[in-house]
Amino acid sequence: MYAKIMGLILASFVTYSCAIGQEGNKPPLQGQLHGNFQMLFQQYNEDSLIGAQVPEQKTAMNAFGNFTYTLGGFSAGVRFESYLNSILGYPGRFTGSGIGYRYAQYKNDLFDITVGNFYEQFGSGMTLRAYWEPNLGIDNSLDGMRIIFTPFKGISLKGIYGHQRLDFINKVELTEGIVRGVDGELFLNDLIPSLAESKTKVTVGASFVSKYQSGETIQKDTLVLMLPNNVGNSGARFQINHGGWMVTGEYVKKINDPNADNGFIYKDGEAILFNAGYSQKGFGLNVGYKFLDNMAYRSDRDLLLFDVPINFMPAITKQHTYNLAATLYPYATVLNGEVGAMAEVFYTFKKESALGGKYGTNLSVNFAAANSLDSTNFQGREGLIEGYQTNGYGFGDKKFVRDLNIEIKKKVNKDLTLLYSYFYFEFNTEVTPVTQDFKGIVYADIHVAEVQYKIAPKHSIRGEFQALFSEQDKKDWATVLVEYTFSPHWTVGVLDQYNYGNDNPDNRVHYLYGTVGYINGSNRISVGYGKRREGIFCIGGICRAVPASNGLELTVSSSF
Amino acid sequence: MKQTIFVLASLLFAGIAVAQDAKVPSVQLKDLEGNSVDTGTISNDGKPIIISFWATWCSPCKKELNAYAEHYADWTEETGVKIIAVSIDDQRSLTRVAPYVNSVSWDYVVLLDANKALANAMGVVNVPHTFLIDGSGNIVWQHNNYSDGDEDELYEQLLKLTGK
Repeated sequence: MYAKIMGLILASFVTYSCAIGQEGNKPPLQGQLHGNFQMLFQQYNEDSLIGAQVPEQKTAMNAFGNFTYTLGGFSAGVRFESYLNSILGYPGRFTGSGIGYRYAQYKNDLFDITVGNFYEQFGSGMTLRAYWEPNLGIDNSLDGMRIIFTPFKGISLKGIYGHQRLDFINKVELTEGIVRGVDGELFLNDLIPSLAESKTKVTVGASFVSKYQSGETIQKDTLVLMLPNNVGNSGARFQINHGGWMVTGEYVKKINDPNADNGFIYKDGEAILFNAGYSQKGFGLNVGYKFLDNMAYRSDRDLLLFDVPINFMPAITKQHTYNLAATLYPYATVLNGEVGAMAEVFYTFKKESALGGKYGTNLSVNFAAANSLDSTNFQGREGLIEGYQTNGYGFGDKKFVRDLNIEIKKKVNKDLTLLYSYFYFEFNTEVTPVTQDFKGIVYADIHVAEVQYKIAPKHSIRGEFQALFSEQDKKDWATVLVEYTFSPHWTVGVLDQYNYGNDNPDNRVHYLYGTVGYINGSNRISVGYGKRREGIFCIGGICRAVPASNGLELTVSSSF
Repeated sequence: MKQTIFVLASLLFAGIAVAQDAKVPSVQLKDLEGNSVDTGTISNDGKPIIISFWATWCSPCKKELNAYAEHYADWTEETGVKIIAVSIDDQRSLTRVAPYVNSVSWDYVVLLDANKALANAMGVVNVPHTFLIDGSGNIVWQHNNYSDGDEDELYEQLLKLTGK
């Protein structure tokens, strides 16, 4: 039905634009069509040694293609998706081919109106964040309508209304729940004439999101409790910049939202995000505080994990990229409650200085910590309804994570750059179950040495040597990665991840994997073959567990 | 099925009939101070613009932009090019952008695209993804990777634009 309407709108605009194109006097409005395409194909071999999973079909393929048409202030787009069958690690229930996203949008100086699917974020995302992360299979788009109204410079008002995307079975399956919200943001320097030339920039904003899901009653013990049909989540935020200083914060309050994440309690949710930073040429400092109490907020109160979250609660730790630091013990936000703090420093030792050397040396140090809420559980009837209370905004007594990391980068000469990184983790695997082999706090030291060497003008080679030392869980690991690139088209890489310290000799396996990639402009094709360890693959604090596999992987992507 | 074919056919017809070099879509982004920037109005007085999508957690992206930084003064003198670095860092790493950018002394315009609004509109899925825009606002070249030495290819494309 929607597709027919879309097609009609598009056809009429195409005819209109062709007609315009014929007029001689004014320069014709030119329509443009562009898009992109990505396909991931995997072939799976049996490999009981690493516990490789093999689907019945022996292969899997995920693909999507976006097409966008723009003409002046009008744009429309469609995305085709295909899961034949879904790659292991993605939601297994995604299947078939069809339209996954479609919209029509019109914008001018006053209004920006979108009908159909859209992504949107209010403030930091703690009240609303609908976004797309195809490499993780995250897509909680809203299907409905969005209006952005900019009456004059410095004010932005947004209103949204829609159903969320839950599933894909030959087409998008939406939740029954409805999400509606409004957001306003003021940039005071544009609004107040006396501030226009000020060096202090101030932004303030507020948002209110409400979800509707018809609910009846739940039974807890002998209590029969009414479920709220409408649950509101509101936030207020600010940002102040002055020279090199920046201070930003957001406070969010959610009313009673009994759901599967919190065990169906009626306690309010609350969250605070605060950051302050100072930077100037060669130096940057950033400190942050985060408080999160009962902030799971979904279109369907009975769902969990990756299904239909309306908001986004960022993780306090830094996103790591080296294999041993990123895939074994990655921290993800504990939606039911955590308190976190972080501090980091970036410093560049100047060129020609003692520590800087000829080109300068970069140093960055980051520390993040998170604990449970300081809370007291209620007993009896109150325990069933309200659950618990928080005793202030400080750290509770259960340690969730400590993450200290240091990186030093030094360009030795025009051909050689050296990097050294050190990570110290304390990771509570009972709170974030990344492993079944150990329940408790894992203490790990990780050292990484990276060498980048230019062999010849277009040829360079990069090597990573990583080692993880721990007395817990799977104990010691080593990873070696070597990558050779021939600019601008070719890359070849080999990776070996080896659990040499495992207590069980059978698990001391070499996960050897090789890739070859060809890039030409915005076209990429890469082939990989070998063993992949089961791991956690994270982007932005959202992590997905990817099972062990052995076999061929082919990726193709293109933009036009 | 019929519906999908109908939509596809309309789009294809639209494409064949009027396809042009794409322009940068109009999306409201913020710069590091909180000023709002409409990406559809970005211009450089008829000179080229490079838009490079990156993130603080993307090592090849930082390598690429640090490599361009070494040549930026020369490139600007020769071609008048302006580099706009669009960060797709979301709330987890958003507050890291300004301290990092200043610590490495980039002279670029840095815009924040925390929910990937501009990235989605320009077909950017993986970073780094770099676009070269000519003096009339048309996207004439793009690259979705970075290896040592790729800055030479970008420089050649820049020279082609300025007819040298």
